[in-house]
Amino acid sequence: MTSIFDEEGKNIPCTIIQANPNVVTQRKTVETDGYDATQLGFGDAKAKNTSKALMGHFDRAKTGPKSKVVEFRNFGIDKSLGDLISMDEVFAEGDIVNAIGTSKGKGFQGVVKRHGFRGVGDATHGQHNRMRAPGSIGASSYPSKVFKGMRMAGRTGGKRVKVKNLQVLKLFPEQNLILIKGAVPGHKGSIVIIEK
Amino acid sequence: MDAVKFVHEQLSRELDYPKFQAGDNIVVSYKIVEGAKERIQDFRGNVIQINGEGGTKTFTVRKVSNGVGVERIFPFSSPNIVEIKVLKKGKVRRAKLYYLRNLVGKKARIKERKYFRN
Repeated sequence: MTSIFDEEGKNIPCTIIQANPNVVTQRKTVETDGYDATQLGFGDAKAKNTSKALMGHFDRAKTGPKSKVVEFRNFGIDKSLGDLISMDEVFAEGDIVNAIGTSKGKGFQGVVKRHGFRGVGDATHGQHNRMRAPGSIGASSYPSKVFKGMRMAGRTGGKRVKVKNLQVLKLFPEQNLILIKGAVPGHKGSIVIIEK
Repeated sequence: MDAVKFVHEQLSRELDYPKFQAGDNIVVSYKIVEGAKERIQDFRGNVIQINGEGGTKTFTVRKVSNGVGVERIFPFSSPNIVEIKVLKKGKVRRAKLYYLRNLVGKKARIKERKYFRN
């Protein structure tokens, strides 16, 4: 993340995304697959780390092995197998997009950070070591158990997260860079999916 | 290619301020927008730190106004800064002068560096 200044002198937080052209690796149609979708491949993978089945899949699109393959339903842009799609064909400046990525792992966290519990709120009045405790996790002899899905402490982050309604500030088609307002999930250098 | 550097080269303006460092006494003239009107205000004080790099580099100016310490952080690439003037060069031994926050009166002074190479 970084920030830029607009014409009014406002400091705008933004994220720079390296969006190299994607390859169409598969076309799905209503006749053959029951729904309409386009599969795109991004990033080069090593051939020795790619299974033979996937190598065959990429060979059909006449492209090398790709590290990330994502399917988009009702893609809208008509491209045939093996075609390159650059980001300026899909996005324009001012567009509202969603960003999907894997959030940063935060380790084992308590309920305040993990689920937004409020904690106790008082440091005194009888509290001594439970300022961020979850409180009661259920009733007693009935039901005599803790319900499934009860929100508790545990591993936090490292999950697929979608951030909606981010604005495309600027495109640099020659460098394949997208400037998006705000933050996107994940650490530096991680792969994000930008969808319109 | 450093993408962050590239974006700031494209979108941030060129800096033509005089060179200054922590301990220097400077005047920052910056634009203030009040409704539809625009005016220029000066902020005079000592630079107590220069932080960050590239397009997000900032400097902090500290002054004591009516006995109350006031600090203001300015981004170097802010379009609201009209002019920066260096009044005095300071003689200091560190890059971040946080210790000035705990000092008042005569102890909070910075010795002037009168002879220096530009």
